[in-house]
Amino acid sequence: MWKWLHPYAKPERSYQLCQTLLPWFAVLGGLSLLVGTFWGLAIAPADYQQGEAFRIIYIHVPSAILSKTLYCTMAVAAFIGLVWQVKTAFMAMVAVAPVGAMITFVSLITGAAWGKPMWGTWWEWDARLTSQLILMFLFIGVMSLYKSFEDPQQGGKAAGVMAMVGIINLPIIHYSVEWWNSLHQGATLLKMDKPSMATEMLWPLLVCIVSWALVSGAIFLLRLQNELLRREIKRPWVVALVLNNNESNNTASAVNKE
Amino acid sequence: MTPVMALLKRDLTLAFHQRAELLQPVIFFLLVITLFPLAVGPNASTLQIIGPGVIWVAAILSSLLGLERLFRDDYQDGSLEHLMLSTTPLPLIALAKVTTHWLTSIVPLIVLSPLLAIFLHLSEAMYWALLATLLLGTPLLSLVGAIAVALTVGLNRGGVLLALLLVPIFIPLLIFATSAVDSAAMELPYTAQLAFIAAMLLFALALAPFAIAYALKVSQN
Amino acid sequence: MSVLSADNLSVVKNDRLLFDKVNFTLAAHGLLYVKGPNGAGKTSLLRAITGLLETEDGGVYFLNQKVALQRTLFHQQLVYFGHKLGLNLRLSALENLVFWCEQQNIQVSQDDIYGILGELSLVGLEDVPVGHLSAGQQRRVALARLWLKTAASLWVLDEPFTALDSNGIALLTKKVMDFLHAGGAVIMTSHQELQIEYPRQELVLEYRI
Repeated sequence: MWKWLHPYAKPERSYQLCQTLLPWFAVLGGLSLLVGTFWGLAIAPADYQQGEAFRIIYIHVPSAILSKTLYCTMAVAAFIGLVWQVKTAFMAMVAVAPVGAMITFVSLITGAAWGKPMWGTWWEWDARLTSQLILMFLFIGVMSLYKSFEDPQQGGKAAGVMAMVGIINLPIIHYSVEWWNSLHQGATLLKMDKPSMATEMLWPLLVCIVSWALVSGAIFLLRLQNELLRREIKRPWVVALVLNNNESNNTASAVNKE
Repeated sequence: MTPVMALLKRDLTLAFHQRAELLQPVIFFLLVITLFPLAVGPNASTLQIIGPGVIWVAAILSSLLGLERLFRDDYQDGSLEHLMLSTTPLPLIALAKVTTHWLTSIVPLIVLSPLLAIFLHLSEAMYWALLATLLLGTPLLSLVGAIAVALTVGLNRGGVLLALLLVPIFIPLLIFATSAVDSAAMELPYTAQLAFIAAMLLFALALAPFAIAYALKVSQN
Repeated sequence: MSVLSADNLSVVKNDRLLFDKVNFTLAAHGLLYVKGPNGAGKTSLLRAITGLLETEDGGVYFLNQKVALQRTLFHQQLVYFGHKLGLNLRLSALENLVFWCEQQNIQVSQDDIYGILGELSLVGLEDVPVGHLSAGQQRRVALARLWLKTAASLWVLDEPFTALDSNGIALLTKKVMDFLHAGGAVIMTSHQELQIEYPRQELVLEYRI
């Protein structure tokens, strides 16, 4: 693990890795997002029970799945940072957090919007929505703890500890909220997930999930690059990078003029 | 006297010196609980339904008040540096600090709880359940709370940030504790809830001292 | 044998490299004087040596062994005097020092502490809360640790002469000299030119952007 990771502990190498991966994530993600969304919203058949309203699942489900995945990603980055003292891991953690918070927010909004036709109310204290809300608080907690520190390195470590505390708690929170929900609501609510889904509905959903993962991956890579440049701005490799960019820009504009 | 006992003794003495500050969480606790009957009406059955929840929410919030003080003085005057350079392992020091917080900020709330049970018309069975959850659950507040306090000790603006970090983490405790009291109200067994709280407590007891120690080290950077 | 040595020590703060590749070796009887302008990282260097501050790179060695591997031994032999005095303002000088000795596992009687506080011209102030003392007096209380921990072999002193009167400076200078002659090693920073008549190593830190 250490041997494989070690070269990427260097900010310069991480930056290059981001640069290589970014086009793949961006292009594949963008394409599949277009395909999946169009397929889901326009082509897939409407649900016999919920009608057209069900189509929000093509946004809600990918965001709900991804929000937890992103929290795990953040915690893994924090763990690598804390245990192997890898500086770039903390930067990755910091880069993931706002993406995760935003996607959690999307899942909350779409969940609420789905609740209106389903339950006739914008907000229902449903187990999933409630855990999603708590998840968003956890994201915001990690982000604001990081922002509170003047020294980003110190902030990264502190936020890393909080992310670890959060990930240990996440299953407990999830379980306790489900349990609380079952106590107070019984089985009166409609279950959100259908045991079986028609294939023509399922395929676009899978495409959507993959595309959301790719797009948020691309946003993460961009944010990580930004973070790397911002934090390492005085290091020689950043200076060299900027000089190189300027040079190629200059030659490009010179060619244009001719 | 062993170093850890000496630390406990010193912190308790200091807490006793600052009795006024010590009383603040207790008075806050009492005030919040007094507000509820005024807000929702004095109807005994309503109060009985919301009672356990109100007491636990108030306990969580007032424990946050006392937490801020936990490492503040020692950090600012540099005593923490000297504790870190002593021969006592830092997690043990952290555990001593957590114990101080529990004894000075939380035990008074527990002592006050019979009064609150009368205020909120809890039945006797409910009160015993409440007491059990408070005894088992509140050390968890001190343990996990101390992690967040240790992380934010250098920031000089704990307050809201501390609440933001801790309240989501305390939700499972709140759920299990209030549900235990609810079960007692319906004369159902509540050992399952207590077992969950106890499990969380043991888990935190094993891990939190190390997390606090690490957080304190980070605060020195 | 070297009491303390640093090998390519680097410290980063606020994403700024404070100092890079600091090397020194300090033997018994050795005095290391750390010089440099404000913000050059003198305090950070001392804190990095004690292990309070995390280093970016390099290591600190105590008796030729990495400090990180033998914290307890290192702490038993170290007295650190920092910017923050480590005195609780609500407790008296006596209570503060008794507590410190308990934490350090030092066996002393209250009479010993009274004697040392007397030597530091704090007679009659032993039981006053430290918060009521003047800045110079507070520093004297904190400096009493140098007298109390007789088992120490290394002193790390950050600006020990600040806020002391001439009498206090003389007292401390003499104590440092005695300690050095007895085989101790001292690292210190100071804004004033050092008045100690003793051969010393100097380490100059420069302000880096």
